[in-house]
Amino acid sequence: MTAVVMNLVVQGTRPTIPDVGVFAVAAAIILAGAIGVVVARNPVHSALMLVMTLFGVAVMFVLQQANFLAAVQVIVYAGAIVVLFLFVIMFLGVDREEDIAKEQLRGQRPLAVALVALGTTGLLLLGEVSKWTAGQPYVAGTDTGAPNVNLLGKSLYTTYLFPFEATSALLVIAVVGAVVLARRPPPGDRMTTETVLGAEVPNDAAASGDAPADVLGDAPEVEAEPAPGETPSVSPGAEVDA
Amino acid sequence: MSISASWYLALSAVVFAIGALGVLVRRNVLIMFMCVELMLNAANLSFVTFARTLHDIGGQVLVFFVLVVAAAEVVVGLGIVVAIFRRRASTNADDLHLMKG
Amino acid sequence: MLPVTYLIILLPLVGFAILVAAGRRLGDPAAGWVGTIAVGTSFVVSVGVYLSLLRVDAPVRSYSQNLWTWIPVDRLQVHAGLYVDPLSMTMVLFVTGISTLIHLYSIGYMKGDNDYPKFFLYMNLFVASMLILVLGSNLLVTFVGWEGVGTCSYWLVSFWFTRDSAASAGKKAFVYNRIGDVGFLLAIFLVYDKVHSLDYSTIFANLDKIGSANITAICLLLLVGVMGKSAQIPLFPWLADAMEGPTPVSALIHAATMVTAGVYLLCRVNPLLHASSAASLTVAIVGAVTAFVAATIACAQQDIKKVLAYSTVSQLGFMFLAIGCGAYTAAIFLMVAHAFFKGLLFLGAGSVIHGLHDEQDLKRMGNLRAYLPITFITFAIGWLSIAAVPPLSGFWAKGDVLDNTWAAHPALWVVGIITAALTAYYMSRLTGLAFFGKDRWADDSVGQELDAAHAHHADGVSSEPHESPWIMTVPLWILSFFAAVAGVMAISSGQFSLSKWLDPVWGTNLYQNNLSTGALWVLAIVDALVAIVFVVIGLRLWSTRSDRPALEAAFLRGAWYINELYDAVLGRPSERLAAFCADVVDPKVIDGAVNGVAGAFKGTGTLLRRTQTGYVRNYVLGIVFGTVVVLGFMLTRMWWG
Repeated sequence: MTAVVMNLVVQGTRPTIPDVGVFAVAAAIILAGAIGVVVARNPVHSALMLVMTLFGVAVMFVLQQANFLAAVQVIVYAGAIVVLFLFVIMFLGVDREEDIAKEQLRGQRPLAVALVALGTTGLLLLGEVSKWTAGQPYVAGTDTGAPNVNLLGKSLYTTYLFPFEATSALLVIAVVGAVVLARRPPPGDRMTTETVLGAEVPNDAAASGDAPADVLGDAPEVEAEPAPGETPSVSPGAEVDA
Repeated sequence: MSISASWYLALSAVVFAIGALGVLVRRNVLIMFMCVELMLNAANLSFVTFARTLHDIGGQVLVFFVLVVAAAEVVVGLGIVVAIFRRRASTNADDLHLMKG
Repeated sequence: MLPVTYLIILLPLVGFAILVAAGRRLGDPAAGWVGTIAVGTSFVVSVGVYLSLLRVDAPVRSYSQNLWTWIPVDRLQVHAGLYVDPLSMTMVLFVTGISTLIHLYSIGYMKGDNDYPKFFLYMNLFVASMLILVLGSNLLVTFVGWEGVGTCSYWLVSFWFTRDSAASAGKKAFVYNRIGDVGFLLAIFLVYDKVHSLDYSTIFANLDKIGSANITAICLLLLVGVMGKSAQIPLFPWLADAMEGPTPVSALIHAATMVTAGVYLLCRVNPLLHASSAASLTVAIVGAVTAFVAATIACAQQDIKKVLAYSTVSQLGFMFLAIGCGAYTAAIFLMVAHAFFKGLLFLGAGSVIHGLHDEQDLKRMGNLRAYLPITFITFAIGWLSIAAVPPLSGFWAKGDVLDNTWAAHPALWVVGIITAALTAYYMSRLTGLAFFGKDRWADDSVGQELDAAHAHHADGVSSEPHESPWIMTVPLWILSFFAAVAGVMAISSGQFSLSKWLDPVWGTNLYQNNLSTGALWVLAIVDALVAIVFVVIGLRLWSTRSDRPALEAAFLRGAWYINELYDAVLGRPSERLAAFCADVVDPKVIDGAVNGVAGAFKGTGTLLRRTQTGYVRNYVLGIVFGTVVVLGFMLTRMWWG
């Protein structure tokens, strides 16, 4: 599969595979992955389903002659972002399963389903009714005939130079922000839930055992911490109101 | 048989809807975040579709930027999730309701 | 002298200002002299102005002066203007003259009172207001004076306000006046609406523009105002209660000046009255009926001042009767003569009260002619004058009125002559009870009670009554002189002829009675006979006995129970309405509305608060909902563009 994709990137534009078939398969992968993300109980399963979806989308990109973007999608999205997700899931130890059958907020689920269905119908109708999609046939690549990368690079470094520089600044800020946010507070000044909120912490796991806030500070030692994944199902039960 | 742009857009709409449903229904913060990524992908797909139909490379440039910003967003967002988890040892979005009016 | 006419008004105001600033320090009697001199100099200036006016020998003697522009609004230009003509000069002369005499009298009468300077302060302000009223060149300036005298009357009637009855009487006077003022104001509004000017000269020049229906309306509205100020039916009850004030106040305000403001006003607007015969007839009827009713009430009163008060109402009725017949000169004649002899009678009564140490009950007086000789002689002149015994002034004045009434409305003449008879009778009753008979004041067992509200500290006067000091008797002499000789104004060819002086003011509006000399003689003889006969009857009945219940019906004593009528028809329902408003409307409706608004907001807030759940997922639901709405909007736009 990777070879096929790389081939396409190198070779350029000419489609050789029947488009409909590819489209159907890729669409199936995407939909399956999307539903999997939403339905999976284990967060790790969700992440893996997300990867599947991302690959499907990359195939779609290739189908539309956005070869460079397909490659970037796989490398950045699937390769970095989802990995980051998995890192955090593993660190926090929240890979326990969550009970999605129960819904605390009154009316949330029916309303969600109804509204989303309505919205989708609306969008699809809109797509049909409006004049945007004139049902143009598959066109061989973008106009000028130059390879996709060239076009993209030219546009990026001339017309869209300023946003490009701005996003580089954004990335720097994001890195700094992440470091600050995820930093361990210095020892002695460590804020635990107990010291901050006092002895009566009604629905917090800290009241029921060791302070799990230290879990990251003691990263090498994996202790038997209480199951944070379970407490949430207890706490909201006390306040069932929307 | 050729595939018209409306197929891609329909697919994009459906994926977006599934992502929205996921955000509304799931309680785990990380999974909600992943559903947001789903929605972003759906948008990317429709951008690329339009780049093709309108013969404008700007659509793909925008996808590029969306990718970058999504990456930055995930980084910061997960940092926040970690910070919150340190306090409360819970990734349940329903536990954060201090702003109840 | 004419350009300094404003001094006439300014001098009493200066006196007022001095007394406000330094009255308390001046004290008794310096404050009194300041007030008297202020009014006295005003009288001197008015004499000067009068002499200057005499020299203006045009067909219409007048002088107007705009002191400054008071209200310069687009379509309403009101000047602070003075208008001097024979009518206003007549009023000014006797107002300032009699005021000076009464101020002099008060220096002695009010001696020893705690608020001595305040009295003269109010009196000066009153005189200034009355002069503004009389000298005004437009309706609004007149109204300023009208209100001013009403206010000063309130202050002076309730001068001894620590006494409940006095405070109430002051309020009553003011409220009745106010009711009349509504009529006056409406008349002003109507005049402005039609003519867009309030100047007398402009109004009288544009009568055709006003239209006859409006003229009648204006006259009737002014009549309402006059009913309040001059105590005619139905707004007369306040005058009797106003006797709570010190006697000089009663003499000045409620006999000579304020109550005559109504007469002045109607005479001033004589072109309007002349143009509306309906209004004139109404004025005449109101005057006649009031005269009769008040005379009957006076026959049964026990308080010396109350008799004189109702007598004033009755005589004012005569004046309005004359005005209603178009005999304006006769009305002014009676007004001037009445000012002299009623003022004299009140001051004499004051002398009696003062001499008996604040005794006002007629049944507890008697034989005072032996102890108060000067008071008796002057009082007698006033008494015979008001009874219209010839050759005193009252005979000529009342005769003039009755002659014109006979020529214009004979039916009303009958009412008039009966009232004249009653006048003679009750005044003789008063004189008989007070000055003749036995020394009832020495007799403690005679204890007929007055109203509890008017119970003075008549604590069984033991010492003998004493005559008043010179400062009180000199005004009595002066007034009695004028009351006696004022009849010369009736001589139409004489030097003091009132008709020669005043007739040009009315022009053709004056009623010409065209009675033959024979008719005039007959009427005069009838007047004289009626007067003398009833004087004798009254004196015979009352100089020996003081107790004749058959002649003092309770119905008359209670003033035809009009106060009770007003109380039942207006007073009690108003009280109930006020209680209703206070107990129901205010807490439930008004507070309920305000609190209800607050409550509504609170309820809405509570309701809306339920959307603030604090759950992120609920908020995302909100966003999705909004998106769906936008989508729907775009779809409908597409389809139904």
